[in-house]
Amino acid sequence: MRLEPRPAPGLPILLALPVGAILVTVVIASLLVLAAGASPLAVFGLVLKGAAGTQFALLETLTRATPLIFTGLAVAVAFRAKLWNIGAEAQLYAGAVATVVLGTGALPFPAPVLIPLLIIAAVMAGALLLLGPAILKTRFGVDEVVTTLLLNFIMLLFVSMLLEGVLKDPMGLGWPQSQKLIAEARLPRIITGKRLHYGFVLAIVSAVVVWIIMKKTALGYEMRAVGHNPTAARFAGIPVNLVLLKTAILSGGLAALAGFSEVAGLKGNLTLDLSPGFGYSGIVVAMLAMLNPLGVVAAAIFVAGIFVGADAMSRTAGVPSYIANVMVATALLTMVTAIMLTRFKVRWR
Amino acid sequence: MTEAFEILFTASFWVAAIRIASPLIFATMGELICERAGVLNLGIEGIMAAGAFAGWFTVYSGGDLWTGVAVAAATGAAFGLLHATLTVPLGLSQHVVGIGVTLLATSLTYFTYRLVLPEVTSPPKIEPFQPLPIPYLSDIPILGQALFSQTPLTYLAFVTVAVVAWGLYRTPLGLAVRAAGENPAAVESQGLSVTAIRIGAVMTGSALMAIGGAFLTMSAFNSFFFEMINGRGWICIALVVFGSWRPGKALVGAILFAAFDAYQIRLQQVTGGVVPYQLFLMLPYVLSILALVLVARRATYPKALMVPYQKGER
Repeated sequence: MRLEPRPAPGLPILLALPVGAILVTVVIASLLVLAAGASPLAVFGLVLKGAAGTQFALLETLTRATPLIFTGLAVAVAFRAKLWNIGAEAQLYAGAVATVVLGTGALPFPAPVLIPLLIIAAVMAGALLLLGPAILKTRFGVDEVVTTLLLNFIMLLFVSMLLEGVLKDPMGLGWPQSQKLIAEARLPRIITGKRLHYGFVLAIVSAVVVWIIMKKTALGYEMRAVGHNPTAARFAGIPVNLVLLKTAILSGGLAALAGFSEVAGLKGNLTLDLSPGFGYSGIVVAMLAMLNPLGVVAAAIFVAGIFVGADAMSRTAGVPSYIANVMVATALLTMVTAIMLTRFKVRWR
Repeated sequence: MTEAFEILFTASFWVAAIRIASPLIFATMGELICERAGVLNLGIEGIMAAGAFAGWFTVYSGGDLWTGVAVAAATGAAFGLLHATLTVPLGLSQHVVGIGVTLLATSLTYFTYRLVLPEVTSPPKIEPFQPLPIPYLSDIPILGQALFSQTPLTYLAFVTVAVVAWGLYRTPLGLAVRAAGENPAAVESQGLSVTAIRIGAVMTGSALMAIGGAFLTMSAFNSFFFEMINGRGWICIALVVFGSWRPGKALVGAILFAAFDAYQIRLQQVTGGVVPYQLFLMLPYVLSILALVLVARRATYPKALMVPYQKGER
């Protein structure tokens, strides 16, 4: 078999392939549901209801989507420049640590001053954490995939050390958790009494800003050029290494905002289970969005819906909620295949 | 301080080091085969988890230990086939597909575990591989004890290194695999199929990764639990680079790394809780990064690594 480029894929192809990808995902998930002895239709109904069936469910999905938008944007900008940042999980925790260090009373400022300061601190922490692997890549040629992956484990142990040491809440009954943020450091809720917070608004604004950076600025152009063909970019006079470092700052900072927003908007303090793999899910979100910053918002809400819906479903239907992780991983693989098939035609001969 | 030094001269320390090295040796050889053929396999972490569960569950359901190893290998090969189908003939990004395979293999494993064992509070145990001391050799102080009083699966790990080294450098098939990772067009000009060689290499490599995972549940421990791979797969990717894509050097790297890991565990006990234990647990990961920095400048990676090949294309 061989692949031939499709010069101009028609509308039917552009529509049929993503639909096919989702169909394959649904079929695989159905087989797992059958294996668990439940009815696929009933289970998908419950997932849908749990994700978007009520006002509560919908708000819960948007709340869960918030950190995924940040990590999805972080991965999208990095992958666009072919900087393989698989360490959004660690950068998220870096942002959370910065938020907790400065937001639990160290800076006695009113909210309009304190919150921007916390955002800047979190972004700097995440950016610094990704600058390390980026510098190792540009200076020493060390593959950033492995270094960012390993940093995830190092960071989690570091957070564990902090939570059992200097950041431990003296009133926490021995649990490894930090003190609560002071009231001025908390992001307000969008609707009183509901969990959805202004971190969601910050996420949407970030997506728009990133979209403008990618589409309308010289940096965005340079990032795309470096990602497309670093050698050609170099010959065109683009400082490739500098662009990669700037990308790292942007990407690490965005991932760190997920940590800031989860702590300041939702949890109020830092624990070791702050992120159930938001960093890794961010990779799926970015790929489903085809690395488009605005698409990231939609993809994050879709992925969050699957997780929230599956949680609700597994409580009643007895199918393990890990089915959500299987669906998300399958969607990633089928979608990248579908995207490839819109660009190339497979010829058997 | 002498206490910390004396650890290095105890047999139990080296026995532990070789035991810790065993799963890394399997998985590192697996990754090495894939990369030598030109395919970066980031599915390793998930494939190890799948192998750990498949092998353990086979024994838990009544199969014997070697059947468990075979089932683990077959599971690994199946995920390898998925990875290879997407990355070799379809030429998709090996980074993205690898992460996807890791996510899929891990989540399928956890799903299946919860499905077959709902509501278990403590993970059920199996009767794992027992140490099989080799007569006479295991009586040699320290070195003999460390190498020859292990379980059969550890011996298999060392045999695997020899077979992989011999296979890669002394057989026509090995030459074809290495050529597929260096100069695929040359392979095609010899009338061989780069696609077939790469798919075969990824499947074989993935089977080895899964056996590495199975070592954890069937030899090092006796039960399966979540998060048990804990980054070992990523460390193996670092070990392949550290070993310059050569089986012998990678073996030395794996043993050095494992010795260091075994040492930090013992050092924790010696320092008696004055230093936070997390710092010790961090050391293996930090060491992997340092090792990469040291070798990165003179690393001669396979020329066609991560370059998809299409027949007839230049």
